Amino acid sequence: MLKASYGAEDVTDPYLPAPGQFPYTRGIHETMYRGRLWTMRQFAGFSTPEETNRRYRYLLEQGQTGLSVAFDLPTLMGYDSDHALAEGEVGKCGVPVSSLADMETLFEGIPLDAVTVSMTINSPAAAVWAMYLVAAEKRGADLRRISGTLQNDILKEYIAQKEYIFPPAPSMRLVTDTIEFGAKHTPRFNPISISGYHIREAGSTALQELAFTLRDGIEYVEWALERGLAIDDFAPRLSFFFNAHNDFFEEIAKYRAGRKLWATLMRDRFGARDERSMKLRFHAQTAGCSLTWQQPYNNVVRTAIQAMAAVLGGAQSLHTNSLDEAYALPGEEAATLALRTQQVIAYESGVTEATDAFGGSYYLERLTLDLEAGARESIRTIDETGGMVKAIERGYPQGEISRASFEYQQKVEKGEAVVVGVNRFQSDDDKPIETLRIDRAVEARQGEKLRELRKTRNNRDVERDLKALRGAAERDGNLMPRLLDAVRSYATLGEICGALRDVFGTYEERPHI
Amino acid sequence: MFSEPTKSVLISEMESPIRVLVAKPGLDGHDRGAKIIARALRDAGMEVIYTGLRQTPEMIVNAALQEDVQVIGLSILSGAHSAIVPRVLELLREKGMTGVQVIVGGIIPDEDARDLERQGVAAVFQPGAPLETIVSSVREAAASARRQEPGRQ
Repeated sequence: MLKASYGAEDVTDPYLPAPGQFPYTRGIHETMYRGRLWTMRQFAGFSTPEETNRRYRYLLEQGQTGLSVAFDLPTLMGYDSDHALAEGEVGKCGVPVSSLADMETLFEGIPLDAVTVSMTINSPAAAVWAMYLVAAEKRGADLRRISGTLQNDILKEYIAQKEYIFPPAPSMRLVTDTIEFGAKHTPRFNPISISGYHIREAGSTALQELAFTLRDGIEYVEWALERGLAIDDFAPRLSFFFNAHNDFFEEIAKYRAGRKLWATLMRDRFGARDERSMKLRFHAQTAGCSLTWQQPYNNVVRTAIQAMAAVLGGAQSLHTNSLDEAYALPGEEAATLALRTQQVIAYESGVTEATDAFGGSYYLERLTLDLEAGARESIRTIDETGGMVKAIERGYPQGEISRASFEYQQKVEKGEAVVVGVNRFQSDDDKPIETLRIDRAVEARQGEKLRELRKTRNNRDVERDLKALRGAAERDGNLMPRLLDAVRSYATLGEICGALRDVFGTYEERPHI
Repeated sequence: MFSEPTKSVLISEMESPIRVLVAKPGLDGHDRGAKIIARALRDAGMEVIYTGLRQTPEMIVNAALQEDVQVIGLSILSGAHSAIVPRVLELLREKGMTGVQVIVGGIIPDEDARDLERQGVAAVFQPGAPLETIVSSVREAAASARRQEPGRQ
């Protein structure tokens, strides 16, 4: 229960080292945005690789500083565009990438050694990353120099977003393969982005988002250590992704508590010595689930406030949602306005001048301590269950989130939680906004390209590489080299994931309300 | 407690609960909405069967038949509704289950919503629709299903 005001007596732990000092509560850099602004990274992908490539070039021309790929649902589920289950879904929620050829088209004319690229892909992440690495290599980029982020966080898929293919154990193996491969071959690439974003979008509280995400992080660290990696060889490249939701101070406190907890966990639980292993770096995205269909222009205001919280909380990169996202994927005009929102905060508001400007506020410090304590307790509960994979199998985080989501919805229904334009201050004359529509013809075009590819590539090479992949999957050992081979022969994503499905089997959730 | 005749009269006067199938077709895994609706319908006294994720139209219609539901609720957020919903309606017709009412919820543009209603969908709900409205719409749909097939409860 919140009080009406806070004072010195509320800050029970006055120990607060400067920004850039362990445990980094106040930020991972001493001078923060004075040294370098956050990366403005707008998530985009729709229709075809050609269309999306055009949007990327446009966004870069408009001053965006990093790219972020949204893949369509068939790609996220490891199906080619011409698979029966892809019907009606191709190019709808993102860009279809069924093979190396699509990946090459997607980044044509974009300097992959200069622009950092983030890819939101999870179950088939290792295969899609292989496509990206081969595309970069073919363009002459040095793998040791390219930089970007693979989302690759399968645990939050079982917990929240539910785009899983394989059961937890082989999925965790694939994640560990990418972490191991990255530590050796792509030292500037983040092989994973441990994500609370989707947990929050599924209806969790800020505390649940924080606790489950950090506990997921612990699980990945444990698997990598089990593989034989040394903590400081991979931990510096673990990155995070949090939501930026409505409650302004709670969100800032969440990022601060997260940094403090992670630093402490890495040092004390895992014995990290390298400071970079202890620094929690994160991307933030404003809350898609806070956007409303009613009075869509209000979404611009919500997004600006949420983005401000992310910046005051010390984010390393940021995506701001477009006002039309309760309706469809963003149109060009709405996407530009979302980018401009970040630019106004960065260049006009002055909040970039001082690091952790709210640090020392009684209220913020109290919230930070409370979130830290709550998350510690939740992490302990999951430890006692035997870890996150076990907790997921028991439906623990899923159940906690459903409950929180239903409770919030009931507050909205009763008017206890106000959503402007939806349950208060409604208006009848909402003017329709223009939205992006994806033509069904995209599906046919992608299918045509795949048929052509299967005709022109060397199918004997493809069969050889898929057989080798299947064999390697049956044994221990890192699958990345086999995935890179298969990708180079233009095996499709569907074929690669199909081979892995044969060996690993698939996962299905027990449906519960 | 009751003698036989009284009991039978009571049962025929009390309608058996409405049975609803809540389904998530397509590849999308965002089930927050489907679960909230399922829970709200259950709290309103209905018997709710939730299919879980990634159900094909065939699986949904088969489940509706087996579970003997009056209403099917489809939750679709991915934009695949124009491919999926007509197929569900077609399968219901093929199996002679014309009384079963279909309600769709999700990110459905106005134009598509009208189109789905013309094709036979009982109601379409867009983001922000109050739960109360959805619950009463399911009740109405179930009543209409029962009118169309009075032999069934």
